Amino acid sequence: MNRQSKFIYRFLASLLFLNIISNSSFAADGEALFKANCSNCHKPDQDYTGPALKGAVARQPNAEWIYKWMKNPAGMIAADPYAKNLYDKWKPTVMTAFGQLKKEEVDAILKYANDYVAPVAKGPVGGEQPDGENNSLLFGILTLALAIIAFILLQVNSNLRKLTDEKEGVLRGEPVPFYRNKTYLMTAVFLLFGMGGYLTINAAMGLGRSKHYQPQQPIYYSHKVHAGINQINCLYCHGGAQDSKQGSIPSVNVCMNCHMAIKEYKGEQIVREDGSQVNGTAEIQKLYSYTGWNPEKKEYNPDNNKDGIPDGAHPIEWIRIHNLPDHVYFNHSQHIKVGKQNCQTCHGNIQEMPEVYQFSDLSMGWCINCHRESKVDFYNKDDSTGNKFYSIYEKFHTDIKNHKLDSVTVEKIGGTECQKCHY
Amino acid sequence: MSNNQYWQNFGELNHTDAFKKSAAKEFQEELLPIEELDSKGLLDIKTPRRDFLKYLGFSTAAAAIAASCEMPVRKAVPYLQRPDNVIPGVPNYYASTYINGGDAISVVVKQRDGRPIKIEGNELSSLTKGGTNAQAQASVLDLYDPTRLRHPLQKAGTDFKEVPGFDVFDKMIADGMAAIAGRPIVLLTSTITSPSTLQIIAAFLAKYPGSTHIQYDAVSYSGMLLANEASYGKKILPDYHFDKAKTIVSLGADFLGTWLTPVEFSRQYGENKKIKGEKPDICRHIQFESIMSLTGSNADDRYTHKPSQTGAIALALLSKLGGTVVAPAIADGNLAEGINKTAALLAAAKGTSLVVCGSNDANVQIIVNAINEIIGANGTTINWGATTNVRKGIDTDMVKLSADMAAGNVGAVLIYDCNPVYSYAEGKKFGEALSKLPLSISFNASLNETAEQCKYIIPSHHWLESWGDAEPKAGYISIIQPVIYPLFKTRNFQTSLLKWSGQVAAVNVATAVADSSKGDFKTSVPRQPASLDAYDIYFKEFWTAKLGSADLFDKALQDGIVETIAPITLAAYSAAKVADAAAKIGVVKAGEKEIVLYQKVSVGTGSQANNPWLQELPDPVSKVTWDNYAMVSPALAKELFGFDVANPNSAKDADKYEVHPEKPVIKIIVNGKELRLPALIIPGVHPSTVGIALGYGRESANTSPEKKDINLDRIGMAAYGAGQNAYPFVGFDGVTMSYSVPAILEKTADTYPLAQTQVHGSSESRPVIYETNLVSFIKNPEGVLEEPRKEREEITPVGKEDFRKDATQYPDFERPGIKWGMSIDLNTCTGCSACVVACTAENNVSVVGKIQVQRAHEMHWLRIDRYFMGSAENPSVVFQPMMCQHCDNAPCENVCPVAATNHSSEGLNQMTYNRCIGTRYCANNCPYKVRRFNWLDFNGSDSFKDNQKPLIGIDTNEVTLQMNDDLTRMVLNPDVTVRARGVIEKCSFCVQRLQETKLEAKKQQDPTMVRNVKVACAQACPTNSIAFGNMNDKESDVYKIRNVEQVNRNFYVLEQLHVLPNVSYLAKVRNTDRFVGIKEDGEEHTEQKKDEKKMEKVGA
Repeated sequence: MNRQSKFIYRFLASLLFLNIISNSSFAADGEALFKANCSNCHKPDQDYTGPALKGAVARQPNAEWIYKWMKNPAGMIAADPYAKNLYDKWKPTVMTAFGQLKKEEVDAILKYANDYVAPVAKGPVGGEQPDGENNSLLFGILTLALAIIAFILLQVNSNLRKLTDEKEGVLRGEPVPFYRNKTYLMTAVFLLFGMGGYLTINAAMGLGRSKHYQPQQPIYYSHKVHAGINQINCLYCHGGAQDSKQGSIPSVNVCMNCHMAIKEYKGEQIVREDGSQVNGTAEIQKLYSYTGWNPEKKEYNPDNNKDGIPDGAHPIEWIRIHNLPDHVYFNHSQHIKVGKQNCQTCHGNIQEMPEVYQFSDLSMGWCINCHRESKVDFYNKDDSTGNKFYSIYEKFHTDIKNHKLDSVTVEKIGGTECQKCHY
Repeated sequence: MSNNQYWQNFGELNHTDAFKKSAAKEFQEELLPIEELDSKGLLDIKTPRRDFLKYLGFSTAAAAIAASCEMPVRKAVPYLQRPDNVIPGVPNYYASTYINGGDAISVVVKQRDGRPIKIEGNELSSLTKGGTNAQAQASVLDLYDPTRLRHPLQKAGTDFKEVPGFDVFDKMIADGMAAIAGRPIVLLTSTITSPSTLQIIAAFLAKYPGSTHIQYDAVSYSGMLLANEASYGKKILPDYHFDKAKTIVSLGADFLGTWLTPVEFSRQYGENKKIKGEKPDICRHIQFESIMSLTGSNADDRYTHKPSQTGAIALALLSKLGGTVVAPAIADGNLAEGINKTAALLAAAKGTSLVVCGSNDANVQIIVNAINEIIGANGTTINWGATTNVRKGIDTDMVKLSADMAAGNVGAVLIYDCNPVYSYAEGKKFGEALSKLPLSISFNASLNETAEQCKYIIPSHHWLESWGDAEPKAGYISIIQPVIYPLFKTRNFQTSLLKWSGQVAAVNVATAVADSSKGDFKTSVPRQPASLDAYDIYFKEFWTAKLGSADLFDKALQDGIVETIAPITLAAYSAAKVADAAAKIGVVKAGEKEIVLYQKVSVGTGSQANNPWLQELPDPVSKVTWDNYAMVSPALAKELFGFDVANPNSAKDADKYEVHPEKPVIKIIVNGKELRLPALIIPGVHPSTVGIALGYGRESANTSPEKKDINLDRIGMAAYGAGQNAYPFVGFDGVTMSYSVPAILEKTADTYPLAQTQVHGSSESRPVIYETNLVSFIKNPEGVLEEPRKEREEITPVGKEDFRKDATQYPDFERPGIKWGMSIDLNTCTGCSACVVACTAENNVSVVGKIQVQRAHEMHWLRIDRYFMGSAENPSVVFQPMMCQHCDNAPCENVCPVAATNHSSEGLNQMTYNRCIGTRYCANNCPYKVRRFNWLDFNGSDSFKDNQKPLIGIDTNEVTLQMNDDLTRMVLNPDVTVRARGVIEKCSFCVQRLQETKLEAKKQQDPTMVRNVKVACAQACPTNSIAFGNMNDKESDVYKIRNVEQVNRNFYVLEQLHVLPNVSYLAKVRNTDRFVGIKEDGEEHTEQKKDEKKMEKVGA
């Protein structure tokens, strides 16, 4: 096998994989098909890893060409001059074969691309919603004000009592000032003890937790640019999330699938939180230095030192953000594939994060809460929907039938038991 | 109810006070080896209150500082290019073959993120059908053995220096070979079953005329090979079919433990012992032996004899069966009766019986062949169509080599996969001659006893790192494929031979290597740059050519096996040598006392001695870890030490012996060589026999002041100091090695501690075992479990029927979905202990070392309880695997103050380590004594590096350091938490496997996937005795066993406590005429008297 075909094979395999994961049984819905199959490399209206698809129908040499091309791009490059030209323009990237797409589906995709109109840029996102913290501040101020009023009233009360006592001739000792009043002192001590205890315990529980942790990474990698603006499917890079317990940070060859072609950053200026600007193109260059890619020659550095990788290539040491303690077993595929959770449930709106930070506190209470509330994809014996695995939970089926139970939560099937996560 | 018919030790047999006292304490803290606590009260110890306060203050402050420190920055480093077949976090499984000195077992290796972490049996192999043994299970740890050599070495003075590269090494060898021109080269290896290796060796021998290949087995089967040559004209071993034999007679052959291919034999034996249908047809196994072996302990009938009598017994059997030989008289009436009975059984079962013999005396084996011929075993239970290749060594070859070397007639010796300096009877002399040779090369993995006498050492790969093949039985090929890139600068033995014999050109390495390294980053990254050494290519070409196509080669790799099953055929028999053999047996001299040298199922011949899992595995019969010892009978002990452990009235000395780990040492003298070994009293050993295990006492010949460090470095922290070497006792009669020799015994004043797990966790004589004999079982199938049935009825309140619901104050919880359950068949469990090691490997169970085992601190989640039944002279034995029973009404759960142990909706008794505060209330309340407490930081998980060193020798052994080495830690299962000090742990039913299976079932939307699940112990079991699955599923194996197939044998241990265990056992059914099982209370004495009368009759 020569180099080229080996590469094509690998590239195809990786894209096919992506295709399998994202390809569902859509009807010939052009937009959906496009997003599922094409959008990682193509944009409708502008060149990307591959050419813009708008006008592709008009550009092709004959009406049947595109179907042949979709079936066997590598073969076409060897035989067909138009395909050869196309390859020369875009090499070394080679189009993935999409043999499984029917003609009408291809037509639908191309129609979608041709009819595509770029959405009008939205204005900046509206003002922030007032959130819970503002309210608690308000309540805090109110409580404090009420406490002061209560204190003043108590003082007034005691003064008045003193006056009435004097008036009625009842003899009492010299009144103690409020700061030596035992009741006040005890109340204060209790309050301080209570608050101190609360804060200490909270702080202790927070030890080892790192919500909002946002380290500086070796490459300024923006999820906003990739997953947000360019709409790359999360699983394209983090494929492990659906197969493995680990979400997997992608190996660098996955980055290079696109970045062999995308050499510079042309999007909106990226600005760090401290106001400094990020040079996107420079960050891409960093990637090349890690992978040993020579963008000028469009090839990897030779492997002169015979260690099996291009000279100069070295792995990227990302800073790990989400850390669970060793005694916790967490499985991504369980949540993504079986639980059908979105990545955002735990990782927040990652597609809007220029730099990733830890969105959830990853505490046990947070996990348990979700397990109490989330419903499993319970099997419905009547219409055979839901996950068939759950057909063995006969008790729940009877309960549902008898209307004792309306849905099955993760907790019901044992999702809050110790040895679901600790073993 | 209490009965003493099943007993674990003599104290239990006799109900002694010391035993009762020790049984009441789960952990024997009065045995603390800490001097400070000695003879003083806890309050008077040297650490005063002020110190305590100081430490308290310091640790609080330290904790506060540590807690306020910043979180450590952790890195996540992805692959540069992820290999196609690796998804981080998802294990891959590769078929391969465990090989060790001729042994070969097809296995599947679990590889996680590039590291092999667990060995499982290959279910496609028709020899083992997925079974393994303890050694195969443990061998994954050998890969990470710190004594493995990191690079090739060359002798420099008394020490060794690194050879910078293989090219340099090859040059040195070429020069060396040239220098000895003319003098013969000897290739000394263990038995080689690999077809490709044999071909390479043949080519090597052809290249150097005059050179020879000698195969040497640490424990020899020469006698059988020579006998087969005499009887059948073939110097090879046949294939035995224990599954086709209805009567199995073994004369001292430990075929379930260590004899030839025990995994295969165990599988056959297990199939033969499975109770099926109403009139089960199970085999009858009769064992004649001198010591209590694993196989003997499984026998239906067992007779003891002096080792020198083996030949006489064989002759007696032969003459009773109609052979024309004169049998010497047998004085022991019991034994003579046994021979008569056995001969009658064999005569009645012609064509369905089998006699095997463990003796290495060719004459005895010739007689055994004659017996097998008469009973029609040849061609029915003995198959000559597929011969066994696992042992091929001929003793005289080795003796001749030793003499030639001493005489200077040998130019070079190349030693692969054997350690003759240690395991050869005249090993010391062999070593001296070896060190004087002009050229000596070792391919051994470590700098062991033999390697350190060699001039050059080029360590070969571990089998998990190399390609290869094995043919343990003709026609049954098992493929070895690498599962990890070689950890060190090692090279295959075969590659070296190819290079040194100039065969490399023949396999066209140049093109093949170029092909593999051509791929660059963008096409395919060669994951193993330049790793394809000559043998890898040779191997691939060899098998592609043999199998016919590359596709078939790929399939062979995937399956791990290529089998061509030949029909059972017989071999032409000749009785010519029988009379001669009989005459020679007649003149065998008996000693007054004799020793038997045997192997344990754990350490075996000693090649895996530095494996802590094997060293800490309790011997199935003696329950001793970390040592070998002199196995003696109660009668011999009485003769030597004057106390009788078997006698209830002998009291004190026996008590002390029984409870305390210190055992009296005896001196054993054989041919002027002596050993001082602790005497361990085991019932069922012949009174004039002493059993000593081989494989222990590994030691470097180095005698410098740094001796200990050198030994720890070369021999290993686990192997060094464990037991003593008994190989020098092996005798030689001019033809074969003898593993039973006359000896002189002397009492000494010394004592030596043995770490025995026997009395740990006693069930305090509660009935935990039920058994019966076959006749009674067929007559009254329900009879065997009558007692527990009665008890259930008694406990259930009057008017109520449901024992489960009504006999308790606790509610009965529903188990929607899944309810896990396990069933263990005591009839087929042989006690081989493969499951114990499998559990250790799967669940990261800590190794604690000898000192901690002595204190009952062993951590095994799964133990095998061994019970004796009957007299101390020759008891029958029952093995019972015991692990957490996952009680639905668990006594441990409601005493935990922090709810660290509780019940899951699937019926699991869950142990949550991070919640446990270490009160040990649960362990105290567990009736099965299966909970383990982490007394120390055995895993180094919560201490600073080097923190454990000061404790070595006081609290722990060096092995703790070995297990916490960065290299050794690679074996840990990343899905299971490594437990810290101060928490309880126990069997989890392999919850990680259950969760994984459930997840897969949910992904596939297939509830049948959770029907039967293979937990680690069930997977390892060679006899398929353990079934595990979902009790809510009526199609599951465990449901069917409990409710359909084996209803009459199904019992729960200590069911009357109403703890509702989720583990059930199947009662044992022995195929014997003896009475078996628990006698009624009232009848006990009369029954005993009857027995005695019977015995008297037998004696007369």
